[in-house]
Amino acid sequence: MSLTKTMVSHKKRRETKTAYAFMTPALVIITLFTIVPIIGSLILMFYNYSVLGQTKFIGLQNFINAFQDREFLIAIKNSIVFVVIVPIIQILSILLALFVNKKIPGISIFRTLFYIPVVTSMVAVSIIWGFIFDPHGVINTMLMDVGWISQPLGFLSDKYAAMPCLMFITLWQGLGYYMMMYLAGLQSIPSELIEAAKIDGATNFQTILKVKIPLLKPYIWLCTLNSVISAIGVFDVVFVLTKGGPNNATMVINYYSYVKAFGDFQFGYAASIGALQAIITSMLSIAVFIYGKKGGMSNNE
Amino acid sequence: MNKKKLRTKDIVNGAFTYIGLILIAILCAGPFIWLLLSSLRTGANIYDLHFRLADFTFSNYIGVIQYMNLGKYVNNTVIITVGGILIDVILSSMCAYPLATMNFKGKKVIFGLLVATMIIPAAAGMIINYLTIAKLKLLNTLLGVILPGSVKTFSIILMRQAYLGVPKELIEAARIDGASEFRIWWKIMLPSIMPSVSTIIIFDFIGNWNAFLWPIIVLQDPNKYPLATALQYLNGSFSYKFGYVAAGTIISILPVLFVFILCQKNYIEAVSGAVKG
Repeated sequence: MSLTKTMVSHKKRRETKTAYAFMTPALVIITLFTIVPIIGSLILMFYNYSVLGQTKFIGLQNFINAFQDREFLIAIKNSIVFVVIVPIIQILSILLALFVNKKIPGISIFRTLFYIPVVTSMVAVSIIWGFIFDPHGVINTMLMDVGWISQPLGFLSDKYAAMPCLMFITLWQGLGYYMMMYLAGLQSIPSELIEAAKIDGATNFQTILKVKIPLLKPYIWLCTLNSVISAIGVFDVVFVLTKGGPNNATMVINYYSYVKAFGDFQFGYAASIGALQAIITSMLSIAVFIYGKKGGMSNNE
Repeated sequence: MNKKKLRTKDIVNGAFTYIGLILIAILCAGPFIWLLLSSLRTGANIYDLHFRLADFTFSNYIGVIQYMNLGKYVNNTVIITVGGILIDVILSSMCAYPLATMNFKGKKVIFGLLVATMIIPAAAGMIINYLTIAKLKLLNTLLGVILPGSVKTFSIILMRQAYLGVPKELIEAARIDGASEFRIWWKIMLPSIMPSVSTIIIFDFIGNWNAFLWPIIVLQDPNKYPLATALQYLNGSFSYKFGYVAAGTIISILPVLFVFILCQKNYIEAVSGAVKG
């Protein structure tokens, strides 16, 4: 009895040694670059750490400063405005998924074409749309050729148009991704269910509304959650095209935090802004989650 | 008679479907095609939409390669992309192996910690990583670009799941034959989870190839920039040379497009499979 016990524990001890030998390299990297940042951020936000000057603990001062910082408040407002694209992108991609969920020749080529913007880098995407929206760009040239306008429109330099343009680009790039998600959802619906609805005399429209959409619900909530998180965190398109301008019209939280960190080197302040962003994101995520549960997300997500 | 009527209706429906599909395809792929056509010509008004086949030339491609040293940026991108993939695949698959097959002290803690890092955000991750890289004296090096994002918790968890599907008898037999654990991992386990490995390679390839922000932060010398970062940089400083930027952008998109089209079935299944998982 005791002999087997020592043997087992001996074996376990040897296995523990081997196991850690296998895991150590990966765990070192994850600790250094994933766990340290999580803990470090929690500490940094309470300090006035910057590259120059003394570092000292200042408690909640960074957060107090943030709420008195006019630019930061504009950034929060803009980020929340950006979330407007979430329902638009979700509805459009559901419609698109329903549209491409057909067994017709060549459909997979079209699906691939719709997905191309998703795998392209945001830099390339932004450069392309930058050329299209440019005062001398494609849209302006076309409109002036037709004679509808005499002066070029400054899409990205206009304080009212810049934000909708960035939202459009984000929507354009994300559409294919969510389409594929919903397509996977649609294809997991048993065909007998659709057949049964048809036999009962349901029209195509009724089948979509009463059978397909309800069954897509787990996908809808997950995609919405995903979409909210990336809308609050929007960065690349702002960085490449507008740098927050004109006149802060496209200044969003994530970009503001970047500017404070790597433009002004106010690391502590930037960390506290990052924390506020994380709080807003999780509040919205919880709201989506609760709303989704109420809406009958009975399946385990 | 009735049947014939139905046929006509189907044909009309089909035609509308294809017209719709083509219109959306133009919206999604059109900008890329426009960029491709624009990169193939030089001229005063690059925004002129009247393309003539006779005007097409590769001079922008030659220009961007010769005068802007595109080859150097491609080289940097390849090092960053391949380096990142190698570190992720090797270290993550090593880390996942004991988590799936061994019984050791602290297993639950390690696994819980890994899952937690996927949920908890780092509010200032980039700043802390910048400071760490500076401490390690890796600023302005490609290794400093590669290392922080290399090993992904997602990869470890995906590969652990895959290892669980390998028959236990296979490992037991090898252990009885006296094979070392390292040999078992390398010769038996890793080859058995190739589908998951290729999924990770595709994800990492697209992610690493397209990354541009972290390289800007770590690298002070623009000569070390990867393509995406260099394009962003060139777009800012040489915006009058539209043709060059267009050609450079096309060159940066092509490899990703190629890999995606080659592996799209695997890739899309992995992306949408995340919902069910």
